[in-house]
Amino acid sequence: MAGTDDTTTRSLTLERVSKHYGPTMAVNDVSLRVAQGRFVTLLGPSGSGKTTLLMMIAGFVTPSDGEIRLGAVPIGHLPPEKRNFGMVFQGYALFPHLTVAENVAFPLKVRHRPRAEIAAAVRQALDAVQLSSLAERMPRQLSGGQQQRAALARALVFQPHLLLLDEPLSALDKNLRGDMQAELKHLHERIGLTFIYVTHDQQEALSMSDEIAILRDGRLVQQAAPQTLYERPATRFVAGFLGRSNFLEATVEAVAPEGFAYRCAGHVLRHAGCAKAGMAGELVLMTLRPEKIRILAPDDTAENRLAGTIATWTYLGLEYQLTVDVPGIGPLTVSTPTWRRATPLVGAAIEIGWDADAAVPVAED
Amino acid sequence: MPGFAADAAPVIALGPSRGRIPVKQTMHEHGAFALLVAPAMLLVATCYFLPLAQVLWISVTEPAPGLDNYAQLFTSASIARMLATTARICAITTLVTLALGYVVAYALTHARPPARRLMMIGVLLPLWVSVLVRAFAWMALLRREGLINSVLLTTGVIAHPLSLIWNEFGVIVGMTHTMLPYAILPMAVQMRQIDPALEAAARGLGADAWATFWRVFLPLSLPGLLGAGLLVVIFSLGFYVTPVLLGGGRTLMIAEYISLQILELLRWGTGTMLATTLVAAILLSLAALSRVVNLRQLFGAK
Repeated sequence: MAGTDDTTTRSLTLERVSKHYGPTMAVNDVSLRVAQGRFVTLLGPSGSGKTTLLMMIAGFVTPSDGEIRLGAVPIGHLPPEKRNFGMVFQGYALFPHLTVAENVAFPLKVRHRPRAEIAAAVRQALDAVQLSSLAERMPRQLSGGQQQRAALARALVFQPHLLLLDEPLSALDKNLRGDMQAELKHLHERIGLTFIYVTHDQQEALSMSDEIAILRDGRLVQQAAPQTLYERPATRFVAGFLGRSNFLEATVEAVAPEGFAYRCAGHVLRHAGCAKAGMAGELVLMTLRPEKIRILAPDDTAENRLAGTIATWTYLGLEYQLTVDVPGIGPLTVSTPTWRRATPLVGAAIEIGWDADAAVPVAED
Repeated sequence: MPGFAADAAPVIALGPSRGRIPVKQTMHEHGAFALLVAPAMLLVATCYFLPLAQVLWISVTEPAPGLDNYAQLFTSASIARMLATTARICAITTLVTLALGYVVAYALTHARPPARRLMMIGVLLPLWVSVLVRAFAWMALLRREGLINSVLLTTGVIAHPLSLIWNEFGVIVGMTHTMLPYAILPMAVQMRQIDPALEAAARGLGADAWATFWRVFLPLSLPGLLGAGLLVVIFSLGFYVTPVLLGGGRTLMIAEYISLQILELLRWGTGTMLATTLVAAILLSLAALSRVVNLRQLFGAK
C-alpha cells in the first residue's frame, strides 16, 4: 500500500467485524466504510463499543471475527506499529520524559529517518499547531489545549494513512473545547486526511463530522451525514440520542403518493414524504423535534394542530423549553426562541402545530 | 400571545454567599505531634545516636588521639585488600540483582492481576525466611557434595566438583538472593506508576516492542532502578551473616573485618574507624543520589 496515492486505496473498510470478551459482545457485526479524506465520527453512549471499534482499527484489539481493510489490503493481523495510523489518545499520552519537540520527533526516530529530515518535519508540524515557541518545554508545563495540540502534531508528523482520535477533547473545559473543535475541523479541511473520531458528545459529533456512525450495544445503528441523522433518524434510539425528540405512537389511516395520514389518540395528523403503499392500518412511530413545533396564535394556520396546556417550562437562554400536555397524547416537548417572547404561564391553554413534513416515521428499537 | 405573561422573567434570588472558613490555628497541633514522636525520638537518640557518637569518638582517640586510625585506610595492605573485595562483591551483587530484579519487576507490572498476586507472594516469601536459614540452604546446594555438584557429576557434565561456595562466587549468590526482594519491590512500585497508555501510544506511533521499551519504558523506570540500586548497595555494604557463612572466612568484607578487629583482636580504634567510614560512605552516596532522584518519593514518603 505504501507508495500509492490513489484515493481509493486509502479508504478504510470494516466488514462484519465483531469482538467478544467471553460471552459479552463488545462489537457485534459492524460493517463500516470510511472514504479517503472524510471526517467520520463514531458516536454512542459509554459501553456502545465505539472505543473497542477504534482500538480494532488502530490494532490494539484483535477482532474476533470479520475483516478490516485499508484499500484492498487486509490489515486486521498487523500490529499497531505496522499500520501507519496517527492516533490522538484520550488524555493525550505525551511522553513525560521528552520535550514537546522530542515527543513530536518520536514517530520519525523509531522509523530511523535522517536527522535533518526529522528536524525539518518536527518544525513544520509544530508550526502547523502553533507550538513552535514551546518546543523545548516538557509536557507537564503545557496547558490542556497545548498538550492536545502537541499530541496532534505527534500524530500527524509522520504523514499517517489516517488519523484516529479517541475522545481527544473530553479533558478540556467547555470554551476551549469549542475552540479546539473549530481548529480540528479546520485542520481536517486543510490537510485532507481521513479522520476517525470517537466521542460520546452529540454536539461535537454534529458540528465536526462529514459522517456520523451511531453505535449502540456494540451494533452500528445508522451511518449518515449529520443533517440526515438529525432530520431523518432511522430509529427511536437515534432520534432520542441525537438531540431531543417527541415520539407519537400512531396508526396509519390513509396512504397517498405524497404521504400518509395517521391517527394518534383520536387526532388525525398528516405526514408528507416517505409513504409505502399498503401501510394503511399499520402501527407507526413518528418522531417530532421540539423546535419544529410552533406555538400558534388563534389566526395561524398549520397542517397539524393540537390544543394543550403548559405543564412546565424552562428558560435556556436561547429558548424556552415547554412541556405541553395534550389530552390523549400526553406531554410534548416544545422549544421556542426566547427573543421577544413573554414568560410562559404554567396551566395556560395554548395551541401548537407543525408542518406535515416535520414529523418523520422511525423504526422502534 | 396566549399562554405567555406580559411581564419579564422572574429573577431567581441567590442565597447569601457562604463565608470562608477561617484557617485553623495549628500551633497547638504541632505541640501534640511533638509529644507523640518524643518517645521514639528519645529511643533513637539514646540507643542509636549516642553509641554512634561514641564510635566516632573512639575512632579518633584509641589507641592515641588523632587521625592515625584513618591513615590506615591508605597505608594498610590488608584493609586495602578488604575494601577492594567489599567494593567488588557489592558492585557485582548490585548489578546482578538489578538485572534479575528488573526483569521480575517488569513481568510483575505487565502481568494480569491474578498472576501478579502470585508473583508478589513469590517475591515476598524469602523475606519471611531467616537469612541464616537461607545461607544454610545455599550451603546444601553449593558445597562440594551438594545437590548441584552431585547432579553435574553423576550426569557427567563435569569431572571434578566445582568450588561454588566459601569463595566470592558463593557470597555473591547468597547476597543476590537476599537482595532481590529489596530491588524488585521499589522497582515494581515505580513501574506501576507508568501510564500503560504511554506504551500503547508508542506502539501506535510506529515503535516496535523493543523501541517502546528502550525509548519509553526504560527511561521512565530509571528512578526506580536507581533507587533499588542505592538500596542494594547500602544493604550489601554492611552485609554480615551471608558473607561470613558463604565466604568461609576467606572472603573478608568490611562488616566481618570490623567484627574481627573488635571481637578477636580488640583493636577498637581500627574497628570503629572502619565503622565510621562505612556510615560516611553510605551517607555520601545517599547525598549524591538525592541530587538525581527524589529520595522521599522513592521510599514512599509524600
